[in-house]
Amino acid sequence: MPDFQPKIVAFVCTWCTYAGADLAGTSRIKYEPNVKIIRFPCTGRIDFMFLLKSFAYGADGVIVSGCHPNDCHYTSGNFHARRRWIVFRELVDLLGMDINRLCFSWVSAAEGAQWAEIVNSFTEQVRTLGPYKEYRELAEKDKK
Amino acid sequence: MESIRKKAKELLEKNAVQVIIGYGEGLDKSVSAIFVRKPENAETLIFDDRCVHNLAVYLLKNEIKALGKPCIIAHLAALRTILQLASEHQITEDDVLVLGVTHKGELMEFAGFKDIEKYIASANIDISENEKEIINKLEAMTREERWQFWVEHLSLKCIKCYACRAACPLCYCSRCQVEYNQPQWITVEATPVGIIEWHITRAMHIAGRCVSCGECYRACPMNIPINLLNYLTVLTIKEKFNVSAGTSADLDSVMSSFKSDDKENFIKQS
Amino acid sequence: MNIEKKILKYSSLEELVLKLNRDGKQVFAPVKKDNIVDFAPVSGLYEMAEDYIVTVQSAKFVVFPNVETLFEIETSKDKITLKDKDFNSIPEIILLGTRPCDAAGFNILNAMFGGDYQDTIYSARLDKTTLVSISCNKSDAKCFCTSVNGNPGATAGSDILLTRIDNNDFLAEIVTEKGKAIVSKYPELFETVPEINKDKYMADVPVEFNLNGISEKIYSRFDSDIWLEQSLRCIGCGTCAFICPTCGCFDIQDAYDGYSGQRKRSWDSCGFSLFTLHASGHNPRNVQSQRWRQRIMHKFVYLPEQQNLLGCVGCGRCSRSCSANMNLKELLIHLKNVIENE
Repeated sequence: MPDFQPKIVAFVCTWCTYAGADLAGTSRIKYEPNVKIIRFPCTGRIDFMFLLKSFAYGADGVIVSGCHPNDCHYTSGNFHARRRWIVFRELVDLLGMDINRLCFSWVSAAEGAQWAEIVNSFTEQVRTLGPYKEYRELAEKDKK
Repeated sequence: MESIRKKAKELLEKNAVQVIIGYGEGLDKSVSAIFVRKPENAETLIFDDRCVHNLAVYLLKNEIKALGKPCIIAHLAALRTILQLASEHQITEDDVLVLGVTHKGELMEFAGFKDIEKYIASANIDISENEKEIINKLEAMTREERWQFWVEHLSLKCIKCYACRAACPLCYCSRCQVEYNQPQWITVEATPVGIIEWHITRAMHIAGRCVSCGECYRACPMNIPINLLNYLTVLTIKEKFNVSAGTSADLDSVMSSFKSDDKENFIKQS
Repeated sequence: MNIEKKILKYSSLEELVLKLNRDGKQVFAPVKKDNIVDFAPVSGLYEMAEDYIVTVQSAKFVVFPNVETLFEIETSKDKITLKDKDFNSIPEIILLGTRPCDAAGFNILNAMFGGDYQDTIYSARLDKTTLVSISCNKSDAKCFCTSVNGNPGATAGSDILLTRIDNNDFLAEIVTEKGKAIVSKYPELFETVPEINKDKYMADVPVEFNLNGISEKIYSRFDSDIWLEQSLRCIGCGTCAFICPTCGCFDIQDAYDGYSGQRKRSWDSCGFSLFTLHASGHNPRNVQSQRWRQRIMHKFVYLPEQQNLLGCVGCGRCSRSCSANMNLKELLIHLKNVIENE
């Protein structure tokens, strides 16, 4: 579907990935504009409900990104996040949600180019997958 | 069964406990939890193959706590529940006298939680082969087939009665997330995606704490195999973090702790 | 009251289901799926379950669904549009296979949603609903309709009552105008009947207790210990209220995403711990025994006083689906014994 522009939401931590995305910007690295970045203090604060609600409200893909292990600004927030993602991913996979639409990454403040690369490749991946119609159709039923 | 009745009578006569939480039989021969407070009523306690309910759910109920110190007739899952509740600081050794029962109906007297831990270490706490097979079957389906399965069996069937929550001994929050509307994370109404969000939320909140007692499935009036979601988290946590709930009264909360070398294969990094 | 009787042959009932579907009605009947029997739309009689006492859920979903959108709101910069319920979108529904206890349950809901204030959505749904009930040729230990003014062949609340007679055919009692309308529309399916006494086809449901005149006595035991004793094993879920044919408590919530949304009504249960939580934080029924007492009082004291109706039809669903095995029949017998012996 060449005309399909996926909607991607990215939940990122302030101190690493957000700064990395900022660096990509100041370095004038071009990357796909489909992503809406939402800034959190730490990946440890990111509740799995944010991801579910994103899909319900129209996202086709979700990125969650933070500091590398041992580099968390709050020491261990990303370690808690990692455990949460490990379990969450298996759970929603069993439910039949499309885990190819979930992208988890560690991107540091110095990794502007890597951020652009992750956004580009994930956008392509979601573009190939197409819109997350089956979830949204079910979510539309909620509104009846 | 006789040994349970005898012990129960003795405990009540000595006033070592004020209530026995055990199994009894109704007029139509169906089994339910009973709360024996008089020694002469110890005769009404039973124990047989039908006694599968996890009685530990009653340990944290206010009106039962108000009766005094309980003695609980606890099978393996209930024993694990008691240890898990202890590790979460909801009960102490002094709060409850535990009479364990093996699946053969043999009575076990425990001096304290350490004794229970020893018994559990020697017992098989795996999820049953039957259930593992169902999970394997689900995992062997395509993603779309799995989604169809859960939409059909969960989204379009669940009536949001919260029997699964009420029956689960680990769901003891005095105010559940569904009972807040600022913010309203979980819809009140039984709408398709709202239902999925509720069950994911409950599975994530129980992750690392589930003792696979199966009460959630037994309680569901619509016969939805809701326990499979929780069992998946049990299997994942055992495989990835090597922890099982309810094996010790000193267990760290699995999802509130971490190891710096927790392994995964899906996080992108350079 | 002279109720017309007809014979509806099994093959004619098959025809009737097909014709009703063809003529734009939705036919709901008990269907067995995943080991439970519950109402589902059927296009043919073959889909209907044969062997059931009652369905797991009651039939109240046709007039009082689990989720009901009351109205929709759209906001834009300069205006707010309120879209009322589109009554034309409410489908015509034929309920096939309700039991006499299910049909009796409608009377109580009608009193709750009618009376001084007519709930227009409920009434609209009720108007479009026809009950073709099937009387009971068997019962189980949890049934007790005969102890609460019902019986397995009662016609109250049904538009047509079918009784299975010999050869798998049915005796059809045409109870109401809606029932007569079906017979007029499909006269070829209904045959004249010789005198048939339906009593011999009825299940035997022995009367276990009589609650007449006991409301005051139950009320006088408001502070008794019996409520605690009976409710110790109740885990406080919403199953009994949700599947009960006479329970009509609901919650109303707004579901908006900031710019648009709906106001929805959904089932609620007096058994939930926060059912009576006030905005101040005070909860007048903050323990399960008070909530159990309220359930019994509502059904057996307050409703009889206010509406002259017993709030229970003895279907036994609550007892069958309760995971804590709160057997209502047993508990009522126990209550009555305690009251009469104190």
